[in-house]
Amino acid sequence: MNQHPSAPVSCLPALLAVPLGAVFMALSLGSESQGLVFGLLLGGSMGLGLAHHLGWLDRAGCSAAAWPRTFGGAVLVAVAGVCLWFHDDPFVLFLIATVLVYTLACFGLNIQFGFVGVVNFAGASFVGVGCYTAAILTKHTAIPHLLVLLAGGLAAALVGSILLIPVLKTRGHYAALVTIAFALLFKIFLEVNDVMGGPQGLKSSGLKVLGWDFNRDVSLGPFEGSFYLNYVAMILALTVLGFILARRLEESWIGLKLDAVRLDELGGACFGLHVPRWKITAFTIGNFYCGVVGAFFAMMLGYIAPSNFAFGDSLILISIITLGGLGSLWGTVAATAIVILLPEKFQILQEYRFLLYAALVIVILLFRPQGLLPRPLRRYAMLQRDGS
Amino acid sequence: MNASLLSTTRLSRSFGGLMALSELNLEVGRNSILGLIGPNGSGKTTFFNVVTGIYAATSGQVSFDGRDLTSQSPQTVYRAGISRTFQRSRLWLPLSIFDNIIMGDHKHLASGLLFNLFCRRRLKAQLKESLARARELVAIFDPDLADRLFEPVANLPMIARRRIEICRALISSPKLLLLDEPSAGMTREETFSLVDDILEIKQRVDDLTIIIIEHEMSVIERITDRCVVLNFGEKIREGTYQEVTADPQVQQAYLGVD
Repeated sequence: MNQHPSAPVSCLPALLAVPLGAVFMALSLGSESQGLVFGLLLGGSMGLGLAHHLGWLDRAGCSAAAWPRTFGGAVLVAVAGVCLWFHDDPFVLFLIATVLVYTLACFGLNIQFGFVGVVNFAGASFVGVGCYTAAILTKHTAIPHLLVLLAGGLAAALVGSILLIPVLKTRGHYAALVTIAFALLFKIFLEVNDVMGGPQGLKSSGLKVLGWDFNRDVSLGPFEGSFYLNYVAMILALTVLGFILARRLEESWIGLKLDAVRLDELGGACFGLHVPRWKITAFTIGNFYCGVVGAFFAMMLGYIAPSNFAFGDSLILISIITLGGLGSLWGTVAATAIVILLPEKFQILQEYRFLLYAALVIVILLFRPQGLLPRPLRRYAMLQRDGS
Repeated sequence: MNASLLSTTRLSRSFGGLMALSELNLEVGRNSILGLIGPNGSGKTTFFNVVTGIYAATSGQVSFDGRDLTSQSPQTVYRAGISRTFQRSRLWLPLSIFDNIIMGDHKHLASGLLFNLFCRRRLKAQLKESLARARELVAIFDPDLADRLFEPVANLPMIARRRIEICRALISSPKLLLLDEPSAGMTREETFSLVDDILEIKQRVDDLTIIIIEHEMSVIERITDRCVVLNFGEKIREGTYQEVTADPQVQQAYLGVD
């Protein structure tokens, strides 16, 4: 079959790369002194450069592409391992959860921008819709919290439908402007709206699933850990689910239609492609992702305010997917880790984080416009699996 | 049975003050190959664009297979059984050969979200079946290409891209195929081999009518049953290749003979 490489690719390079990356992440997350962080960063970059020079990166990439499930599973185990390593360090766990929160939201934006080509500069606003939905629902109702997550997603998808007509009627820069205007409006709306707490924001209760209180420290027999372990486990599960669904979407007929819309609307229309339908589908699914993330985020933080959903935050989301490579899910994972963790570990950068993002995006657009891990050619992994 | 598959009555399209297509009456017989010729800017591609619904007609009618298709959307026209190629290749360059071709069969690609996300086994069966069909079709044109269906189109030479465009138009088994200058940007040998392919397809498929826009007169001579000559959006002559090219008016307008 065509999809099979002429020689079978071993899964070893990918499986070797994952623990190396995990150890590096664990070291970086655990180091306190700025000098050590800087040393690790320098060492890591040089290591990557060397691996690239020797062709190891390419080999690991090919191997990961040939064994997507094995690679994904290994990454999952590695992340879980790092979390367990830091089981009694709430700050590190909180950082990991934040990275996963951004990753999942960026999967949603990738479905919009990377797949169908509708750019959404209001990503943080849709996360905000989910946050406020969760805060209000947990305060006034007794709806099970898993359903609150779902409600957050549905609310964001619904609010997104306000934007459908202007987004469908405009293209390119103009569609982007529509979403920018919405992001600004949304924040002002929250600030002047007293029912939703105004500029002070709202409190949200913590996540509780089937009687399991996420805000209580974990204690299972001899094992004890920070309560953030609960949240990390939850968002990790959501992210994996989000990844699988996005990947399935990408490798289906719908994924093909979305790509066709992005690349040539008129050409697609001549073969029966209903362009608005697919833009609506992708836009709504993307907003749904953001809403679910928001509902989770509100319950993890326990407190939300309009300033959490400023235009700048939406820009960070867009920077992440541009940095990672449009439409590339693994690229998003890598880019989020860099964009969120770098300023956190580098206290000096904290104040200049937006400067850093801007510089990163400019450098990437200049030297590697396809992103860190560019999206590979569309393929159908399920055809590969049966080995026919 | 009505012998003509496509007929237009006083079909016109103007852009501002410019009459790109003026009161065109045309009958295209079932299973025939019609050549559409004329100098640059004479309205040939505009005719395709009006028939396929990219432009609405300013006035007049298009009827296809007993149905009124005047100013319908491109989607409706495609579903009625008309598919086309473009003068400037219009493929999805970053996508694979397979993806490009199978998009031509869009009306058979499932659109349900739940089906696409969760009925993986049936989706896989559909994929395999589509792959087999695409491979079979491409093999008629170029057996070598049929073994490389998962390469990006962007890497292919012009002739391969043309063939893929024709395959994309053919995979949905249309009743009417519109070919817009298939030989553009190709060498003479490549053009001849493409014409062979088109004739072979014509022989294999039972019910296929073709309208071809072409500047390469040898192509027109070889494959068309009848020709229509356009100039300034008007039909100036209709007949067999020999009749048309013998006409002094056509020679003056098109072949540049005074």
